[in-house]
Amino acid sequence: MWGSNAREAHPIFFHHLLKGVRRGAKLYVVDPRRTTSAQWADTWLGIDVGSDIALANAIAREIIHAGLANREFIGRATAGFASYAASVEPYTLAEAERVTRVPAEVIKKLAHDYALAGRAQICWTLGITEHHTATDNVLALCNLALLTGHVGRYGSGLVPLRGQNNVQGGGDMGAIPNKLPGFQDVESDESARARFEKSWGVKIPSPAGWHLSQMFDAMETGAISSLYVIGENPARSEADSERTVRLLEGLDHLVVQDIFLTRTAELATVVLPASVGALEAEGTATSSERRVQRVRKALEPPAGARDDLEIISALAKRLGHDWGNPTAEMLWDELRSLSPMHGGMSYRRLEELGGIQWPCYDENDPGQQFLHGRLWEEPRSGPPASFFPVEFEAPLDELDEQFPIRLTTGRRLDSFNTGVQTGRYRSPLRRPETLELSPEDFERLGLGEGEIVRVCSRRGSVEAPVAPEATLRPGLAFMTLHFPDEVDTNVLTLDTWDTKSGTAEFKATAIRVERLVDNGGNGAGRASANDRAHANDVERVG
Amino acid sequence: MTAAGSTWPRRQVELSLDGETVRVNEGATILEACAAAGIDIPTLCYLETLAPVNVCRVCVVEVVGARTLVPACSRKVEPAMEVLTDSERVRTSRRMVLELLGSSVDLSYAAPEVTEWIDRYGADPSRHGPPMRPSLAGERDSARAGHHHPSDGTTAATVAQPVKRDNAQYVRDYSRCILCYKCVEACGAEAQNTFAIAVAGRGFEARISTEFDVGLPDSACVYCGNCVAVCPTGALMFTAEHDLRASGEWDESRQHVTRTVCPYCGVGCNLEVRVQDNRVVRVTSPLDHDVTSGNLCVKGRFGLDFVSATGEDEPGGIGANRAE
Repeated sequence: MWGSNAREAHPIFFHHLLKGVRRGAKLYVVDPRRTTSAQWADTWLGIDVGSDIALANAIAREIIHAGLANREFIGRATAGFASYAASVEPYTLAEAERVTRVPAEVIKKLAHDYALAGRAQICWTLGITEHHTATDNVLALCNLALLTGHVGRYGSGLVPLRGQNNVQGGGDMGAIPNKLPGFQDVESDESARARFEKSWGVKIPSPAGWHLSQMFDAMETGAISSLYVIGENPARSEADSERTVRLLEGLDHLVVQDIFLTRTAELATVVLPASVGALEAEGTATSSERRVQRVRKALEPPAGARDDLEIISALAKRLGHDWGNPTAEMLWDELRSLSPMHGGMSYRRLEELGGIQWPCYDENDPGQQFLHGRLWEEPRSGPPASFFPVEFEAPLDELDEQFPIRLTTGRRLDSFNTGVQTGRYRSPLRRPETLELSPEDFERLGLGEGEIVRVCSRRGSVEAPVAPEATLRPGLAFMTLHFPDEVDTNVLTLDTWDTKSGTAEFKATAIRVERLVDNGGNGAGRASANDRAHANDVERVG
Repeated sequence: MTAAGSTWPRRQVELSLDGETVRVNEGATILEACAAAGIDIPTLCYLETLAPVNVCRVCVVEVVGARTLVPACSRKVEPAMEVLTDSERVRTSRRMVLELLGSSVDLSYAAPEVTEWIDRYGADPSRHGPPMRPSLAGERDSARAGHHHPSDGTTAATVAQPVKRDNAQYVRDYSRCILCYKCVEACGAEAQNTFAIAVAGRGFEARISTEFDVGLPDSACVYCGNCVAVCPTGALMFTAEHDLRASGEWDESRQHVTRTVCPYCGVGCNLEVRVQDNRVVRVTSPLDHDVTSGNLCVKGRFGLDFVSATGEDEPGGIGANRAE
């Protein structure tokens, strides 16, 4: 488990993992913090924030040098091994220890256990993807799976844990700049584009669109002057939130469709009150395991709030396209006719089977429990899987004398992202947003527990109470994004993003902690609980 | 998740159930064999998602030749085993178990089958006398092993005591607790692995307790509510449900249950959302849903209140109301 605190962020997944641990599976947790997940591990690798590629490449080098690479699988199913092997050569255990601060012996043990396991999985979350090297981090892990053959077989694989109930479905439905629904490429797949054009009766522009980070850059240059935001609150969820708010305020026209008057909605020209997707509307959601399941309406939305589908159809009509009043099932059936991997997933079958994992091409197809099984077929079908050599790059927000502490961010068990939903139930576990420091740093700075301090980064500063946290090592600090009305953590974060995925480096901010001169314990950063976070969220599609 | 190995053919075992010869898979329990043969066995502490703990003794059956009655929920079938599920010994034992439970515990929120079993086995909880006075708050929690004084025989000892309310999510009404251990198992190694609760005390003073009887907010509890989900008698209950029942407003004829997907993380837990008057009153997950096995986390179980946020809790809060 790498860069994931599933014990808190994906608790029911962690139940499954614990069943494995209780049956003797070995659990390694790679995380800068000794999280509640890491506390269940056989071995915790307390990596320095952002040094994941150095660790992965060192694991690879050790596996290769120990003769534990799966040569048979590499030969039959992969391409580019020689250049990959050369690329990891500089990542000796000693070098990795220097960069990651994980002891060389521990890296070696992980490498051997992973390579020798009959079945092994690598699970990850935003600890891997919220870096400026997000895509390279993922590729570094994929390389390990190819090196050992731990992919494409029952019980082995690569498991990115999705942070939101339908973020997988969003990507599947084409909410990615370069894909049509079903991951059909908008630029290169002309026949797919032609099918959509025929069905929709419009010409689809072939150049890929922009991802979120590019859209904000386009607002900066004026290339975007109008924005339609559905169920997301970038004013709270984007890195460097002062810049984000400035850009949103500079728009000619901002439409926000959401279930609450979020911070972004406050900036809007027009607000469209929406129903709650999972509880007040019909449809589907696709989970981490590619399982499409039915979402059903349990509650009537409040007066005035309308189904997203109804709002979009009404908007289309005003814009001169009468789509009638399609139901969720009608839209789904249209999708099935255009996205081959969803073809066999009728509502009736989703109901009967309790969900189906894509791809599911026709009504006799049970769906697939795991992907990439083709790599093991004899003879292999399709092209080989390529190794992608990747190099370690340190986090962009460098530590120096001015900003000596590394701030990383994450979730807590009872809260969710920027707190739009979870801020509205009374959790006994909840505590005010707090800057957590290692006990050593806390003592060195002479702080008192609960004291309000100023947290400064190169972007801005916020005030927050501070507390010592034994799971942090010296030099590491932790905050969440759950309560931006109390402490807007994203004022601090760096919005420089991974050029491949568009994900900002939320996980690695350089900060310093300042004591307030007038330390009366009533700092401006301490807002009342009534001003709780009201933001929707976004998981950056990595 | 269907493991590749789970569909391999199993050896069959032949045994006799109430004189009928049946064949079941090797490794099956007597309870499973009875279910396949259509024989109804009462159970209280058994749940298909938990390992049997054999404490309620209401499922006992007679195995011919065995010295004692055996719990059907955990005893595996054996070749040529002769099982009697409704012999006089079995009926007497079940009657005694139900009578003792019925005299000491409030079973009014237990499943309707419990009343049916009480009739079926002729149990008469009232013959132990009128109930003794309820315990005061904390009285049973401070009882120490060996300090129990036998009743004088005129009243029936009970576990009646005030409801424990120390958080917004769920109440603990231990007047209804039969000590089936399901909550302890669900909190512990069987699902949640939090170990916030265990059985404290011995004998009639045995009770479910947090460490040192601290309130839930000071305990290890993470409010997953998996204990609430498995409780068979309503001792653990959503606060919303408990209060509606207490005020007489709980009305299943005005309720519907809808299966949907949790709005939070990407694991895909299915929720069964019970709604009365457009308000969520209970959230569970189906036991046979292979993602959850009936378990949820605090967000899915208790975190849906945002849907009906009225703004009352957040005076002046921005956007507190839906659809202003």
